[in-house]
Amino acid sequence: MDALLSVAGLRKSFGSVEVLKGIDFSVKAGEKIALIGPSGSGKSTCLRCMNFLETPTAGEILLDGERIGMRNGRMMSDRQLAPQRAEMGMVFQLFNLWPHLTVTENVAIAARKVRGLAYKEARELALDMLAKVHMTHRADASPLELSGGQQQRVAIARALAQKPKLMLFDEPTSALDPELVCEVLNVIEELAGEGRTMLLVTHEIAFARDVADRVMFLDGGVIVEEGPASAVINTPREERTRSFLKQIRH
Amino acid sequence: MTGFLQPYFEYGGEWWPLLAEAMLNTALLSVAGFFLSVVLGLALLLCQMSGSAVLRGFAALYVTTVRGVPLLAILFLLYFGLPGVGITFNAFTAAVLGLSLCFAAQVSELFRAGLKAIPKGQREAALAAGFTPAQCFTFVILPQVVRVILSPMIVTFVSLLKDSSLASLITVNELVLTGRAMATEYFLPLQIYIAVGLCYFMIGWPFSVLSRRLAAPAAR
Repeated sequence: MDALLSVAGLRKSFGSVEVLKGIDFSVKAGEKIALIGPSGSGKSTCLRCMNFLETPTAGEILLDGERIGMRNGRMMSDRQLAPQRAEMGMVFQLFNLWPHLTVTENVAIAARKVRGLAYKEARELALDMLAKVHMTHRADASPLELSGGQQQRVAIARALAQKPKLMLFDEPTSALDPELVCEVLNVIEELAGEGRTMLLVTHEIAFARDVADRVMFLDGGVIVEEGPASAVINTPREERTRSFLKQIRH
Repeated sequence: MTGFLQPYFEYGGEWWPLLAEAMLNTALLSVAGFFLSVVLGLALLLCQMSGSAVLRGFAALYVTTVRGVPLLAILFLLYFGLPGVGITFNAFTAAVLGLSLCFAAQVSELFRAGLKAIPKGQREAALAAGFTPAQCFTFVILPQVVRVILSPMIVTFVSLLKDSSLASLITVNELVLTGRAMATEYFLPLQIYIAVGLCYFMIGWPFSVLSRRLAAPAAR
């Protein structure tokens, strides 16, 4: 079966610093991939290149056979990119909910403005998505009244409302207090069980092993090791992977 | 005390229509000046954010110059100076122009500060959700900027309202000029200027209250 997402020769430099030095991988529909690695390894940058929040310096990204960010050899503008980005739901480390809108509006607004749903349909969709993340009870609250874990669950609902082909998670629990991490991970695990395609950057190694089908270990801008989640995490082949995992567990 | 208040009872009926008309002029001048300030301020902001170094340089020069020159000098230049090169405005127009040229710099700085106050992640989340940049600005950035700057914007309006008194010196028939004419006529400068002050207060105070009200939730 063809890959849903395929990435080839992905490079990204910030000024003279090359953060990604040629990344290749592909993701089949329904697959869950965890990207792990030390800080500064380029894993977040790699994820952000998928929807061109960072513009790659080189390389090719195909989603469902469609080239992302380039058309007829020319870089697409943010305006042209909008429909492609809508195909990918993204969850950020700092949630990035829109504080001037209620929880429901946060989830519904893109459905209305981007996909042109009517107000009522969009609201129903939003409530369905909030139910998935167990946040229906705060549907009319302001994001500012919520805990970090609740905000992140709403942010996940917002991304789900895009009906995306692919979900991108950028360290979704890194900014949370330890006691709030679990509720967010549980929600992500439930979504994983629905057969969604997910690309997840995380520091939660045990979670990556339990939820992901495959794990990619990034270091120094390259994929050092890649394979079935339990194999990479329990019995890493590469020395760099071993020493990283050792540090994490302590 | 009754001696001091006496003239208000005696001439109040004559003064009030004069002051009311002057208040209206002051209000018109301020509102027009503020409206144009916002328009010019936004134009200035676009220059500041533009890709062109020339426009950015112009905006920087403009802000620096206007901040360094007193409003009164700008008003005199517009009303007394420009006729020298064949450009003539009536007093009211010159005053509106002068006020807005001056306050546009403040308004653009306010907008800029408001935009800066919105974290980068807000825009990223909007783009990731499939918004175009225009939609992102309209539905995500602008509503938040307005919330941030509404209260300081009103404060700016009140300060423009007070500075509009300088227009009296280029013969705009607003509150201070009317007050001066009345003071000469009635020989009661103390009572009349107090009345003039109260008139400013009557226009400005509701806005000050509004501004504080609006600022309160943001400070929570």
